[in-house]
Amino acid sequence: MKIKKAFDNFIFKRFIYSIFVLFALSILIFTLARLLPGDPARLALGPRAPEDVVQRYREQLHLDKPIYIQYFYWLNDVIHLSLGRSLVTFRDVSEDIYEFLPATLELILFSGIIIVIGALTLGVISGRKPGSTVDNAMRLFAYVGISIPAFVWAIILQLIFAYWLNVLPAMGRISSGIPSPPRITGFMTIDSLLTGNLVAFIDSIEHLILPATALAIGPLAQDARILRANLIENIGKDYVLNFKSHGIPESTIYFKYALKPSLIPVIAVMGLDIASLLGNAFLVELIFNWPGLSRYGINAMLRKDLNAIVGVTLVIGLVFIIANLIVDLIIYRLDPRIKYHEKR
Amino acid sequence: MKKDKMKEDPFYELLVRKQRKVRIENLKRTWYRFSRNKLSVFGLSILFGIIILAIFADYLTPYPHHAELYINFSERYQPPSLNHLFGTDMYGRDVFSRTIFGFRYALMMVAVVLSLVVPIGVILGLIAGYYKGTWIESIIVRTSEVFVALPPLVLALSIASVLEPNVFNAMMAVSLMWWPWYVRLVYSMTSSLRNEPYILAAKAIGEPTYRILFKELLPNMLGPILTKVTLDAGWVIIIGAAISFVGLGAQPPTPDLGTMVSEYGRYLPEYWWMTFGPAFGIVLLILSFNLIGDGVRDAFASE
Amino acid sequence: MELLNIQNLFVNYYSYWYTYRVINGVSLSVNAGEKIGLIGESGSGKTTLLKSILRILPPQGKIISGDIFFKGKNILKMKNDELNIIRRKHIGMIFQDPLAALNPVFKIKDQILEILKYSENSNKTDKRELLRKAEQLLKEVALPEPERVLDSYPFQLSGGMRQRVMIAMALASAKELLLADEPTTNLDVTIQDQILKLLNNEVQKRKLSLILVSHALGMVSRMTDRTYVMYGGDIVEEAPTRELFKEPLHPYTQLLLQSVPRISVKGIGEGIKGNPPDYRYPPPGCRFHPRCPFAMEICKKEKPQMITIGNRKVACHLYNNKEK
Repeated sequence: MKIKKAFDNFIFKRFIYSIFVLFALSILIFTLARLLPGDPARLALGPRAPEDVVQRYREQLHLDKPIYIQYFYWLNDVIHLSLGRSLVTFRDVSEDIYEFLPATLELILFSGIIIVIGALTLGVISGRKPGSTVDNAMRLFAYVGISIPAFVWAIILQLIFAYWLNVLPAMGRISSGIPSPPRITGFMTIDSLLTGNLVAFIDSIEHLILPATALAIGPLAQDARILRANLIENIGKDYVLNFKSHGIPESTIYFKYALKPSLIPVIAVMGLDIASLLGNAFLVELIFNWPGLSRYGINAMLRKDLNAIVGVTLVIGLVFIIANLIVDLIIYRLDPRIKYHEKR
Repeated sequence: MKKDKMKEDPFYELLVRKQRKVRIENLKRTWYRFSRNKLSVFGLSILFGIIILAIFADYLTPYPHHAELYINFSERYQPPSLNHLFGTDMYGRDVFSRTIFGFRYALMMVAVVLSLVVPIGVILGLIAGYYKGTWIESIIVRTSEVFVALPPLVLALSIASVLEPNVFNAMMAVSLMWWPWYVRLVYSMTSSLRNEPYILAAKAIGEPTYRILFKELLPNMLGPILTKVTLDAGWVIIIGAAISFVGLGAQPPTPDLGTMVSEYGRYLPEYWWMTFGPAFGIVLLILSFNLIGDGVRDAFASE
Repeated sequence: MELLNIQNLFVNYYSYWYTYRVINGVSLSVNAGEKIGLIGESGSGKTTLLKSILRILPPQGKIISGDIFFKGKNILKMKNDELNIIRRKHIGMIFQDPLAALNPVFKIKDQILEILKYSENSNKTDKRELLRKAEQLLKEVALPEPERVLDSYPFQLSGGMRQRVMIAMALASAKELLLADEPTTNLDVTIQDQILKLLNNEVQKRKLSLILVSHALGMVSRMTDRTYVMYGGDIVEEAPTRELFKEPLHPYTQLLLQSVPRISVKGIGEGIKGNPPDYRYPPPGCRFHPRCPFAMEICKKEKPQMITIGNRKVACHLYNNKEK
């Protein structure tokens, strides 16, 4: 029990620290945002709006006040769970985010599943017989996977599977003919299942495959490589040779006793990669016209919608930090060395 | 001052000279190991070729005048042919030539960003690690943590979004968010190395701090730093291309690779070959940096 | 009865750039009930030799040529099934660093049970039965609170406890021959003696044959009947232990014994000048000649053969005419 308390302490401290980091981040983004030359109020209302309307709007946005006052107004909004008003949608940014976030999350989680399954399979098969044709083929594939950025993969996959072969849809989350399920979690797949709408379920999965794969290939290849390298290194270690010396079958040693120590560091990396997908999703969402946070964010950036930019950045930062904490938790559960070392 | 007297001491001179010789020997051996790796040398030659092409693009490309503004509607949308290796785009411009020019911007971005970010990051990291426990360390490390808390692409885009969209600002945006990663790397290495006996010995004989940092600590960290620099080059290109792709970087008609992918992407799937040109350019550049980076890592790691 | 007979073994290690010729034509034999010592510097190939017997070299290592006969059968030519039976029941090995030889992410319980599953007759996969046997084994190696040990991870135990676990594991698989690779080198001096006594007891009790590798010469001189001396991948001398330590023939053995600090002798012994050979580019002729105070011209050209002098053997050109 003492151990658990020590660890909870650790996680708690990390969490508080992260909050501070977010805070500092918000200051950073906010400052950068307000440094923009130009007039957000005018930009929002257009060049034809009469000056007094623009001036009133300017006051409403507190743009005439010094920057730290603006920040406090903004902070006040945040405490009331509002992120300011979007200059584009004229809604509260937090409403916008609420609408678009689940789409991005669904994409990322689906991508994450592909990464985990893919990296594990590839790494384990490849590491079993280093130097064999299978291994070399997989290493080549891994190399290609790493060298091609996600958005290029997105274009390639879209071209091949959606346009040329026509087996998967090119855009969007769900086909236009199919009624979308009511929003319970915001996850198209789960919502369809929950309402028993099998057609929508299958359709949404079809729409997920291409963008999720495009996001997944890079990290998948990278993590498979790391797993393979770990396996090859650990196979020569004394604790494996020890088991060999007791006549324990090769496959048991490989798939259990060599795999576990090789896997633990890879899981950390995989977790972080999945969290980073939030970043790459930006471009892939554009290409597939995915109605997610990234597309909303990019629109905001192009239109200089400052509240939205700040809001999106912070939300992504928050999700990223939470994801990192979750990864730490998982590592803690898996690696006994960390678990018990906290005791000291 | 004790330190000046030290410099006059002939034995000290000898020691320093010997150190330098040993270090050069080590570097030569590392280079030898790198050169034995066929893949990395291959990557290096590709990069070299790209650099030559980029520098002399005006002379080496078939249609250098297509790089910026040029319109010839009779030649538009041509599929790849001997005349136009990657075909022509919607204004009739030769995609191949534009891609070569695009390399210029990509390479420029890598050069500018890394030459800004690496020195600043390394120096700050050294200071932070060496003066561990002081307020300097806290400031440097905490600031870096803030930047690292976000996925890199998001931060880069955010910064780029509050600036005027052009090539220079894109470079500034990337530089601004990239330096903390080097601080982290160097900080962690410095922290672990600073209690090594040879560092304590150097301190004991009164070696000046800047010397300790740059002549004792830094050379031992060269391997990981160089590896990171070469692998980062690939990432800088990706992020740079992403910024342009989204529209926050180089604007058309500038032949930036990312901008081109986005421009031409609108003509998928009918005129797919247009996108192929700049996309292939991006991939080739990344591939060469990855190959080199792997080689650097292996060459430094094998002792 | 000859239990183990290694004949003319050659073993190489391969890295991406280099080939290391680590074992250079080694012959060694162990009779039933005999306790053999194997001494030499770190890096002389002793561990590699032991690992070759059970064919558990790491992936970079390859046995190039030679034979290893165990009870008449050639281990190097055995198929996997036969080989595994030898590994499970007949020959056991104690590894040099118990922290490295125990899997860090599994409990001791899981590891011992897995071993026992195969070393006992595997029909009895009854977990409780095996658990009992495991506890019994741990009690034999004088581990207090076996249940607590079983439930721990390797890093939670002290060095001495880990070594005892190692010994327990090795004993489970060793009915005839025990290979002990530096069983006390990584331990505190105070623990070393205990472990030594334990080892001695078990070997006597179970009537095991033993190959004891160590550079703790005192330990070897007390525990073994016959000793081999290894240098740079070759066996350079072989003799009954007492005679070897009283009157070493090979220059290397002489220097080795001299360099041990002893309370009775004043001052600190001199180390041996020079460094172990670079196995990538081993010196021609006798591999020891660059460091040998008695090196002659012939030593640089011809590799010395094993010369029999009475009940002893030595590989050195100094004794070329002394064959008896």
